[in-house]
Amino acid sequence: MKNKVLPFSIIIIFGIIFFIFYKSLKDSKIYTPDVNKRKDIPKFNTKEFFSGENMESSSIFELDKIYLLNIWSSWCVPCRQEHSFLMNLNKDNKVIIIGMNYKDNLKSGKNFLKELGNPYKEIFIDSEGTIAIDWGAYGVPESFLIYNNEIIKKYIGPLNQQSIDEINLLIK
Amino acid sequence: MIYSFVGYYSLILGLVIGLSLFYFSYQNFNNSNKLDIKIISFTFLQLFFVVISFLCLIFSFVVSDFSNETVFNNSHTTKPLFYKISGTWGNHEGSLLLWLLVLTLFIFLFLIKTKNQPVKYKILTLFFQQIIIVGFFLFLIKTSNPFSYIFPTPTEGQGLNPILQDPALAIHPPILYLGYVGSSIIFSSVLSATSLKIISMSWASHIKKWILISWIFLTLGILLGSIWAYYELGWGGFWFWDPVENVSLMPWLALTTLLHCILVLEKKSYLTSWVIILSIATFTLSMCGTFLVRSGILNSVHTFANDPERGLFILIFLFILIFLSIFIFFFFHNDDDKKSYSFFWLSKETSILINNWFMMYFLSVVLIGTVYPIFLDVISSQKISVGPPFYHKLIIPFLIPFLLMMAIGPKLKWIKSKLEDKIYLISFLIISIILAFLVLKNFNQNFLINTILISSALYLFFITLRDFFVKKYKNISQNIAHFGFSLLILSILFNNLFSSEVITNLKVGETFENSKTKIIFESVDQKKEQNYNAIIANFFISNSNGEEDRFSPELRIYNQPVIATSEADIKTTLMSDKFIVINLVQNQDFFNVRYQVKPFMLWIWLSVILISVGGIISFLQKRL
Repeated sequence: MKNKVLPFSIIIIFGIIFFIFYKSLKDSKIYTPDVNKRKDIPKFNTKEFFSGENMESSSIFELDKIYLLNIWSSWCVPCRQEHSFLMNLNKDNKVIIIGMNYKDNLKSGKNFLKELGNPYKEIFIDSEGTIAIDWGAYGVPESFLIYNNEIIKKYIGPLNQQSIDEINLLIK
Repeated sequence: MIYSFVGYYSLILGLVIGLSLFYFSYQNFNNSNKLDIKIISFTFLQLFFVVISFLCLIFSFVVSDFSNETVFNNSHTTKPLFYKISGTWGNHEGSLLLWLLVLTLFIFLFLIKTKNQPVKYKILTLFFQQIIIVGFFLFLIKTSNPFSYIFPTPTEGQGLNPILQDPALAIHPPILYLGYVGSSIIFSSVLSATSLKIISMSWASHIKKWILISWIFLTLGILLGSIWAYYELGWGGFWFWDPVENVSLMPWLALTTLLHCILVLEKKSYLTSWVIILSIATFTLSMCGTFLVRSGILNSVHTFANDPERGLFILIFLFILIFLSIFIFFFFHNDDDKKSYSFFWLSKETSILINNWFMMYFLSVVLIGTVYPIFLDVISSQKISVGPPFYHKLIIPFLIPFLLMMAIGPKLKWIKSKLEDKIYLISFLIISIILAFLVLKNFNQNFLINTILISSALYLFFITLRDFFVKKYKNISQNIAHFGFSLLILSILFNNLFSSEVITNLKVGETFENSKTKIIFESVDQKKEQNYNAIIANFFISNSNGEEDRFSPELRIYNQPVIATSEADIKTTLMSDKFIVINLVQNQDFFNVRYQVKPFMLWIWLSVILISVGGIISFLQKRL
């Protein structure tokens, strides 16, 4: 046989594939999502809401500070309801509120803030809704309480007095 | 009890027959020019025993015989009869029995239907097929016996996973398996033909029928799975690039390429190496899919109870088959035929070859996306997940030349052709570009790529449409399939570009409104059924065109086992689907509402059916 290299290299390649599959059989891959478990916040790259400049998640969330990440959108009616709570929470200055503008039109987003006020220290945009998926969000509005780059508590749906009280209790 | 007994011993008998067939085929191979009648009758007997065993399992499900572990784990007395029966293959053991049924059925049909081929070839094909069959018998009996007893007999079963309780899914596995496992006969046959060096034009037209059968069933099987995912999983999509979906797509890509290669081989006896490698690849990929799904390496809706022993068995078996085929390929096949392999650049075979390479590219993208996370995990313990953006970014740009080749290729002649009097080819291209431009005029995202993509799909659409009227009945099957493909790509593109979505959280009585849509959450009802309780939410939705609809999506809580599922409410019309699904939000009185308008949804299904109709016509056509 004139060409022995090809068959041998193919056999070696398949041998390696076999080995890798064999090894991966050993450990279980069962993954169960757990909503209540504390987990690290995801890393992402995004754009700033007003300036459109690129920004990284690590520049937003610092260790040792408490943040409330709020996912909002101008088209979302419940967001309107909860906005006054966010404004009040911002006055107390105990928690830094970060906004994630979700699948929104930038112009109407800005009008929304003009009309109702801006409680956010920083806002970044998630125009395609992909970052929200990383956070495990179901939709808008949703809020995450974050400390030391860990998600402490997740609020689905608009915030209300009850959840604000709970946040105040948690951040004491 | 009696069913389990009969079923189990039928399996043992089937295995014994399989082993004895090795001996008979060895004897017959050396001594005779005629196919031994014993071989045919024993193959039939093997099929018979597998059928008996399969029927026994079905009966065990129908009468809810909970002394059988498989029935206990996957059924319940309150299940409707239809789902009791479909529960037979809705689990690991039963579906493997179905594999075995298809394996034995195909080899039996192969033996009685194959004429005008050497006897040695038939015997050797049987031999290779029996290797696979015996392997699966051992696998079934040793690691996944569908007839295990439990004592004492439980009074009630565990129930069938509710997301599997769906008509489309009840027939999805059998259809898909006919495609998957049907490719085994191509595998066996190609190994035997390579060993005997009889790969020729007549062999190609003989095996083409078998490739077509597998291909048709695989196409329909994937379609059914996709329809099921759309209606049942409630994500509003039809393809998620889930590893298990990819696993069914990979053999399909290989098989489609093989189908085109076999056409060249049939006419010109080129591309023999392609045919051999692709035949091997198709079945190996099907097996690999089984391995990935059943070993629990991948985590997905399709993963049944996991057992490392099973994974190990299939893995070793799979690699035995792979090494066997590599050995046969390199030992028996020498490709340095005297025929020159240089194609003229403008010919049908060149265009098929070019598109083959594209198909191979798509296949490798899907393959890498599927197995790379596993490799990375083993090598560096990093966990990544590969999602739709990866596939979209790598596949979509290459669809453009692929579609153009699909349009022009069939116009070319074998060996050498000239593009004369083909002004319409160019004028159609211009028309397509203008049309695509007009459609997308107001669309500002990724304008350029979308225009080009839609023009090339439109181009294929027009060219194939024209052929229906010009070339009467010349190659109707190819034309229908290509036409269907252009329609599929167009529908998917329009579906992606023009769908709109509203995601919001609402309480009963609340209203959501934006410039286009108004959603009123009117009320909530409750319903009790035999196998589930449901909360029905009633919505009234109107849009800016004055269309008004009522929707009632459900949240179902199945009783056996207790699992909550979301049942989407979908209004299908010819041009678009309206899709609404609700989810409970934890510990709140809000419902998460997701409302989507998806244009051309129906056309995605129709175009895939059209593609398979192309295959069916080609299968029924008599060669002149």
